[in-house]
Amino acid sequence: MFPDQILQFLLSGLTIGSIYALIALGFTIIYNTTGIINFAQGEFVMLGGMFMVGCTRLLHLPLPVGMLVTIMAVMLVGALIERLAIKPARNKSIVTLIIITIGVSIALKAAVAFFSKDSFTYPPFPGPEHVSIGNASLPGQSLWIMGTAGCIMAALWLFFHFTIRGKAMRACAINREAANIVGIDVEKMSLLSFGLSALIGAIAGIVVTPTTQMAWYRGTELGMKGFCAVILGGLGSSPGAVIGGLLLGLLETFGNYLFSGYRDAIAFSIFLLVIFIRPQGILRRK
Amino acid sequence: MTHKRRELIQYAIFAAFIIAVPLVFRGRQSYYVSMLALSGIYAIVALGLNLLMGFAGQISLGHAAFFSIGAYTTAILSTRLGWQPIAGLLPAVAVSGFAAFVIGLPTLKLKEHYLAMATLGVGLIAYSLIKADPGGITGGVTGIVNIPPLVIGGFTFDSDRSQFYLIWAVAFLIFALSFNIIDSRIGRALMAIHKSEVSASVLGVNVFSCKLQIFVLSGMYAGLGGFLYAHCSPMYYLNPDDVCHFSLSIKLLTMVVIGGMGSMWGTLLGAVGLSILPEVLRMLGSLFPGVNTTDIEMAIYGLVLAVIMIASPRQRLKKWLRLDKPRRVEPPKDVEV
Repeated sequence: MFPDQILQFLLSGLTIGSIYALIALGFTIIYNTTGIINFAQGEFVMLGGMFMVGCTRLLHLPLPVGMLVTIMAVMLVGALIERLAIKPARNKSIVTLIIITIGVSIALKAAVAFFSKDSFTYPPFPGPEHVSIGNASLPGQSLWIMGTAGCIMAALWLFFHFTIRGKAMRACAINREAANIVGIDVEKMSLLSFGLSALIGAIAGIVVTPTTQMAWYRGTELGMKGFCAVILGGLGSSPGAVIGGLLLGLLETFGNYLFSGYRDAIAFSIFLLVIFIRPQGILRRK
Repeated sequence: MTHKRRELIQYAIFAAFIIAVPLVFRGRQSYYVSMLALSGIYAIVALGLNLLMGFAGQISLGHAAFFSIGAYTTAILSTRLGWQPIAGLLPAVAVSGFAAFVIGLPTLKLKEHYLAMATLGVGLIAYSLIKADPGGITGGVTGIVNIPPLVIGGFTFDSDRSQFYLIWAVAFLIFALSFNIIDSRIGRALMAIHKSEVSASVLGVNVFSCKLQIFVLSGMYAGLGGFLYAHCSPMYYLNPDDVCHFSLSIKLLTMVVIGGMGSMWGTLLGAVGLSILPEVLRMLGSLFPGVNTTDIEMAIYGLVLAVIMIASPRQRLKKWLRLDKPRRVEPPKDVEV
């Protein structure tokens, strides 16, 4: 029975893994540019889903317009966080910055919970309802999720390798002070990294909501999974974030089959195992 | 005034407050006594968190996990296995300390981010495990009911007042213990680590071992708090949403931050203040019908955490009051480093 289902698990694992990979990329972009782990990263995903719910169900905007509005709104939130909360505390200790991003994340959650504490969803994007591959069947939305994730990864790669802004951000990742000396506006790059992370998080939230539902509290869990993926691939590595995310999705899906009901415990055990054995992640050499 | 005498006066003021509270709130107001008793439990846990955050410069986002491990250990022992409540004290503290050890061992060697996320993860896992109840021992969502009150030497701590005195007596001892730890070799080592890990290790401080010790100790404080909570909670009842939810970890974190990381008195005031906050909000909330005060409470925690950390009002206040002028400090006679 089990071998028949391998393909099914593989595809479901890659679907959820794509979401984790996107969240992990968000963490990585901010960490590389500013040295901060943004604990509000999962909230970007939650906000993406919830704003989209507002756009489609309350305002009845067409899908593309709703997406655009949602993405702009979440990016604005990201930029405001950077300007109001991160920039004034730029030179403080890591623990201080961690607490600030946690405070921001809780405030965002509370703001959403203030409007509604229900779980929401909206219909999947246009396309076939189900796709059969071999003897596996996938909801059509899974294709949207994997496709979107693939496009974002490609776009990010192009951005970081072929645009001057992208190259400047990579320079910040290598050495912030040196980047500053050669004339790169490090503060602007910090703002840009928050905007970019918010954009990726918002898109992840928009595409994942039709398959799972979204509610005010879901950001924490998604953020934690994304961070597990980051650790799995090695903190600071973008290819690591993608591979870590996909791998985490697969491990979770297969693990959930073996020990059903302990999805979260699986992700976290992997996290502990990795920092026990290979704290630099599976890709990096020390 | 010498250091020792000032310390004694501080302890005396603290003790006087503890004795006075139940004498002030009597009769119908005895509700406040049980509320303040609960704040004593939070104070114990927050003092441990303060040692970790304020002195070792580390952070835990899952202290509710250690709290609930302590609470559930003693509750399971006393309800399912019929142990005497007081016999659960050692197992509760030991299991919480051991859990902290297991988490701290791999993560404390790495940057602060790792400990923060690992403890956050532990909190979420503990919550989901207790709620899922795999072995049928935690009672799942319904929790554990009919936990016996503490009996020590034939006296049963089952009234608001006796529980208040018990909890705050323990808090007092923990307070004194924490002060002594800070004033000891490990306390000075921790402060050196907080300033700079490199220079501390050059001076011969075993950075990793110190951090691990204080993390385990703060886990044990949380376990002790959990133990007291299980046997003194209103209705003698435990459930995962009360003792293990992420929001409790955040509440504890906010208590430490609001009082100023590294300040014992601040932590104490933070614990009492935040325990009263829901009551204050409920009173204000009755003026604005239709507003859910628990959401407001959560928003306040978030904003307080962010704003205090960004604006650091304590340093500003000190600067404004000119308390930060370098004072002449007499070198201690025998320095042990």
